[in-house]
Amino acid sequence: MEELGIQILKSAVSGLIMGLVFALVALGLTVIFGVMDIVNFAHGEFLMVGMYTTLLTSPLLGVDPVLTLPLAGLVGAVLGVMCYFGLIRFLLRGPMIAQLFGTFGLMIFLRNLALLFMGSEPRIVHEGWLVGKSILVGPGVVLESTKVAAAALSLISFAVVWWFINRTRVGKAITATSLDAEGARYMGISTEYMNALAWAVGGASVGVAGGLLVNFWPVEPGVGLLFTMIAFATVALGGFGSVRGALVAGILIGFIVNLPPVWDAILRSIDAAGLRGLEIHSFKYTMVYAVYFLIMVLRPQGLFGWKQ
Amino acid sequence: MLEVKGITVRYSGLPVMRDLSIKVAQNQTVGVVGANGAGKTTLLKAIMGAVKVAAGEVHFNGRRIDRLRTEEIVRLGLIYVPEGRRLFGPLSVEENLLLGAYTVGDEAAKQRNLEHVYELFPRLAERKKQAVGSMSGGEQQMAAIGRGLMSSPKLLMLDEPSLGLAPLMVSEVFETVRRLQAEGETTVLLVEQNVLEALELSDWAYVLQTGRIRDEGPAKDLLASDGVRRAFLGL
Repeated sequence: MEELGIQILKSAVSGLIMGLVFALVALGLTVIFGVMDIVNFAHGEFLMVGMYTTLLTSPLLGVDPVLTLPLAGLVGAVLGVMCYFGLIRFLLRGPMIAQLFGTFGLMIFLRNLALLFMGSEPRIVHEGWLVGKSILVGPGVVLESTKVAAAALSLISFAVVWWFINRTRVGKAITATSLDAEGARYMGISTEYMNALAWAVGGASVGVAGGLLVNFWPVEPGVGLLFTMIAFATVALGGFGSVRGALVAGILIGFIVNLPPVWDAILRSIDAAGLRGLEIHSFKYTMVYAVYFLIMVLRPQGLFGWKQ
Repeated sequence: MLEVKGITVRYSGLPVMRDLSIKVAQNQTVGVVGANGAGKTTLLKAIMGAVKVAAGEVHFNGRRIDRLRTEEIVRLGLIYVPEGRRLFGPLSVEENLLLGAYTVGDEAAKQRNLEHVYELFPRLAERKKQAVGSMSGGEQQMAAIGRGLMSSPKLLMLDEPSLGLAPLMVSEVFETVRRLQAEGETTVLLVEQNVLEALELSDWAYVLQTGRIRDEGPAKDLLASDGVRRAFLGL
């Protein structure tokens, strides 16, 4: 029974921490979708670029990985704006299917570009203020400093974006454009400018998320897919275009991913050898898609969404 | 002030408006009346650059604007209060009003305009924190007109402001137009299906039918003319 208690505590804490990171990853996706109804399949690749930015610039500049986060954000923002003006702008004139294939192509392009320059070797940050340190929360529950810091900084980044969108004049204009782009143009709000801004904000937030993630998650050119999928599920759960929804849903998804180990601990605690086959820890990401499916069937607008 | 010279508008190749011209002089209230589908909204959207003008020209205060983007036209002081209001529903009344002043850089001017709008519509002041989408149709129309006034427009184009409102609200909307006329700072182009009220308010009016001007003249004369009385007033 004691093992079960520890596992529940572990899962809860780890769920909250990963949830905050998932939320930050999903934030950029939901902002972009909210403003222009476009689903960016290359979102995970933006994350990968952020991860490589921190991985490479930290030793290059001789600073701690944490200090390279603004740079990861900047690179993400620039990449976002470049993608908007170089590709997305043209896709918007085409049918929906062109947008799907267009961002899908962007995903494959960025991934292979990374493969060309970085190789397929998974790499991770090995040195830094946070790396290798840990915090003892309770008996048997040890947290890595990198993850705790990532969660805290995710929350801060989230707060900054939330403040920008809800409290500034330009942020309100972004909201107005996502609610009704034509109506916003009658207020003198340029849709083109708001679109580019959404890609900048989206790219920056996912870039920062990448910079945080690479402290404890190895980066390789294909790392984006898992996170794109989780971000899709998060955005669907929270409601397409909803910033608050991304935060709540990110944390929920963090908990969902950490449910299987609890289930397994329950099985072990009743100690029935015959039940060993029912352990599900290897299915933790499957759970995310099961939830995604359920949302799509039961509440397609998500928890806080206004779009479907 | 505003001059539309022989514009043609096509929707997927088919002309819905052909060689149409109107003029609005400063401090005049001009009415555009006509039945549903006559092309009234299309005309306003063409002026705003929201639908493409296939032929002809639009001039505003001496400047050709038919090739400009909507947001550039707004910055010239030409404001469109759209049919159906197009408010930002989940945002509060005050947030909507402030979005109307998006192009106003001067904070003091913004505050002055906000006070002016609250003075015109005390009900908006009472409900400034309320989500605009949760208000009644009449209150929403006030918010839409108020939002249009937030950038001190030179020309305010109202598209069917009385549509779908309760009779009491309809007269309140027209009362507002009267007050704007009295203040004398804004020129109004009023598009209405409510022909009688619109003609009573306007100095000059155009009667639109299937994308063409069927009749024009001083609003009083049109109100008295047999054609208009038979076609719109059922007399």
